Amino acid sequence: MKYAVVAAAIAFALPVQAVASMEVSDILETYADIALAKYEDSHTTALELQSAVRAFLTEPSEASLKATKTAWISARVPYQQTEVYRFGNVLVDEWEGKVNAWPLDEGLIDYVHRGYGANNEENAFYTANVIANPDLVFGGHTVDATTIDQDLIHALHEVDAVEANVASGYHAIEFLIWGQDLNGTGPGAGERPWTDYSLTGCTGGNCLRRAAYLTTATDLLVADLREMVVAWGTGGKARVGLSASTMQDGLATIITGMGSLSFGELAGERIKLGLLLHDPEEEHDCFSDNTHNSHYFDEVGIQNVYLGRYQRIDGRVVEGPALSDLVKATAPEVDVEMRGKLDATIAAMEAMRQSAENGVAYDQLIADGNTAGNAVVQAAVDALLDQTTTIKKVVAVLALGDVAFEGSDSLENPEAVFQ
Amino acid sequence: MCLEKGIGTLRWLAFVLLIFVLPVSVLAGATADQRAAILAPTNHFSQAEKWETLSGGSATNRRRFGHDAFSQHSANLPFEEQANFFVGDGVFRRVWVTAPASVKTADGLGPLYNARACQRCHLKDGRGHPPAGPDDTAVSMFLRLSIPQQTSGNEKLTVVPEPTYGGQLQDLALPGYRAEGRMVISYQDVRVVLDGGKAIVLRKPTYSVADLAYGPMHPDVMLSPRVAPPMIGLGLLEAIAEVDILAHTDPDDVDGDGISGRPNRVWSAEQGKFVLGRFGWKAGQPSLAEQGASAFAGDIGISNPLVQDPWGDCTEVQTDCRTGPHGDSPKHGGFEAPSEIMEFVLFYARNLAVPARRDVDATNVLAGKRLFYVAGCTGCHTPKFATRNDYAVPALGGQLIWPYSDLLLHDMGDGLADGRPEGEASGREWRTPPLWGIGLTEAVSGHTFFLHDGRARDLTEAILWHGGEGQVARDAFAAMPKRERDAVLAFLNSL
Repeated sequence: MKYAVVAAAIAFALPVQAVASMEVSDILETYADIALAKYEDSHTTALELQSAVRAFLTEPSEASLKATKTAWISARVPYQQTEVYRFGNVLVDEWEGKVNAWPLDEGLIDYVHRGYGANNEENAFYTANVIANPDLVFGGHTVDATTIDQDLIHALHEVDAVEANVASGYHAIEFLIWGQDLNGTGPGAGERPWTDYSLTGCTGGNCLRRAAYLTTATDLLVADLREMVVAWGTGGKARVGLSASTMQDGLATIITGMGSLSFGELAGERIKLGLLLHDPEEEHDCFSDNTHNSHYFDEVGIQNVYLGRYQRIDGRVVEGPALSDLVKATAPEVDVEMRGKLDATIAAMEAMRQSAENGVAYDQLIADGNTAGNAVVQAAVDALLDQTTTIKKVVAVLALGDVAFEGSDSLENPEAVFQ
Repeated sequence: MCLEKGIGTLRWLAFVLLIFVLPVSVLAGATADQRAAILAPTNHFSQAEKWETLSGGSATNRRRFGHDAFSQHSANLPFEEQANFFVGDGVFRRVWVTAPASVKTADGLGPLYNARACQRCHLKDGRGHPPAGPDDTAVSMFLRLSIPQQTSGNEKLTVVPEPTYGGQLQDLALPGYRAEGRMVISYQDVRVVLDGGKAIVLRKPTYSVADLAYGPMHPDVMLSPRVAPPMIGLGLLEAIAEVDILAHTDPDDVDGDGISGRPNRVWSAEQGKFVLGRFGWKAGQPSLAEQGASAFAGDIGISNPLVQDPWGDCTEVQTDCRTGPHGDSPKHGGFEAPSEIMEFVLFYARNLAVPARRDVDATNVLAGKRLFYVAGCTGCHTPKFATRNDYAVPALGGQLIWPYSDLLLHDMGDGLADGRPEGEASGREWRTPPLWGIGLTEAVSGHTFFLHDGRARDLTEAILWHGGEGQVARDAFAAMPKRERDAVLAFLNSL
């Protein structure tokens, strides 16, 4: 459809001329540079988690388990900031499932409390408990789990087409470190004893297999993150794909990531649903009770992509021309508004974080009847909605049409064929 | 060129938009003839048609074609509405539990049920499948039950439920309750020879029920197996104006093509009148809201504003089930699933996007498309429709869509007949299922079982099962040389 391509090029000439001094390619480069820095930081912190896991498994103790928890929480800080890259970039979206899939039926992996229920016809692997069972036979599927290795974890991931069969990634590791949070919407996170990995006084059974699972899952996480570091490095697929796209598509990629994470994923699936159902099962980092940080750093990621300024875990700053500059040059008042909305959402997220740090965790905030707590969470949803309204203004200012929702080929799109 | 003549940028842009970007809106003032010309099946196969790639119009998913190809939202959904989609997705995969539970919003399961979550049967929002063997618990199909219309029937009922077991066989139950029974399938080989001498063995299923827990069924009971259909494009189908579907009917075969096309007429509790049935394998449901509500009640045992019994499909005879615990709650409008929850699920179901076509311009795809049209497949598998402009989801309105279905009932012959009428649909009639996305079945669901009960193990078998009004087209396919059959399959796999 050549004419559509021509139309795209011509139609886009308008905003680019309006900001002649601004090179869109520089904005895309900053965007890619920040992606690289974030994935490098995610990879680095995953390596630190890997070291902590090794140390813990070599000499299991309360202290070395605690160090592992600290490493996991630190690893989430840069990773959550990368999530803004997911929705705009198909490459990232397709990759993401093995790293951050959620929610999960943890009984697939290890023992669970009997309140979890022994049977779930929805999911033959609901209590498969790979760690305890070297041979898994179910329905039409046979899984040889004699050796817990990367192949096995790949085979179990989404086994039986059930998305809750999450075998790899941050949340599988989180479960192996913390165990189930049996406190519902009451205080407290998972309380897995360090002795679940003890070489001498094993609790929970099968400590060696559990250790093998934790090691393998952590190694996989490191390898998967490495993949993204390569993809965003010089000559990497994600970076090359972005620079090869039209300027319009490139900007649309950035905004799609911001908009879809803000309101679809974060406000919708991750926050509103749990609040509506008052159900801690819908809590994103439910084993560790780290959800407040998880949501907060998602928003920080949205903000630093817009501003083109990311502070790395070692304190260095990656910065360059950004969407904000382009908006400022075109409609300064919209840029001011966008910055304000991002700040406001950060503040709303910060309130959830404060609450958690003062002992009332996210799962308590969403409890049925906790009116004040519910309001704190609802304020975050409202801020995200407000922010999204302004993101749409940014779309309008940059004359991106409805491309922001999709990212490419938009002008091939018959907006409404029959009016 | 226009710029040289001094047309300002904005006007030039407007010109470009008018000509290229909204091409068919130029036809907005089009006559009925022009509109009909756009919607008529093409007879040019040398290249792909305009917009053909976008099976679901602007809502088409153009991003993901793997395992998640059926789980994307309408591409043109505004950011705010994406949230509703994702919340609906959460409800869709939510596991319902026994009442009373600590989480009040998720209790009320059963007491009898087929599944505890929508997602259980609609795996990856794709097509269900029959069990792989007697031990396969991962089932995404069940049996519908009914008896023939009695003398003084209620006209609003599309079927008369089996008096003891109700409208469908629930093969699962809460602890302390008895599951109704177990679906048993036996297959018999049927040999078919294609052009060139290649033999295909079809498997003809026979259905029965074992382990009946509530005594014998009515002697005239009729069973109909149903696989969970793919969830894509449902809102677009709902957005087609009734009159546009009825325009394709030909109950008395006036045009003499051997294809009738009859509408199902079913009672809509929501609208309080008889309307066109358009969802379900026999078009027995008038709307997605009612389809969803009856699935919540019948499949999961969850009451809701449209289907209000907390005991789901339990009959008066199943007294223990009727008096068992339930999750109706004043906080939820007196139901187990309040209207708010149902609205989210409805929004989700309406907005699962149809994937874009692949390889529309490939030589063998175009050749297969021509053969598909020439063989008469489009007599029922209508290529194109336009959606209404005033549909409840604005993103889905005014779209040119390519479902390859007329949503009408057709006699499909003895081989496929289930012998169980549903509303106006006879025991030999089925609604033409949409074909969009069919080529991604394996990518999404990991199998290629087709037809209402998954008896066909690939597309060739599915075509060969066509009888009745589909017989001529089926015979044409069977008589094609292998090269041509492969082209037809290439076309189908590009959908």
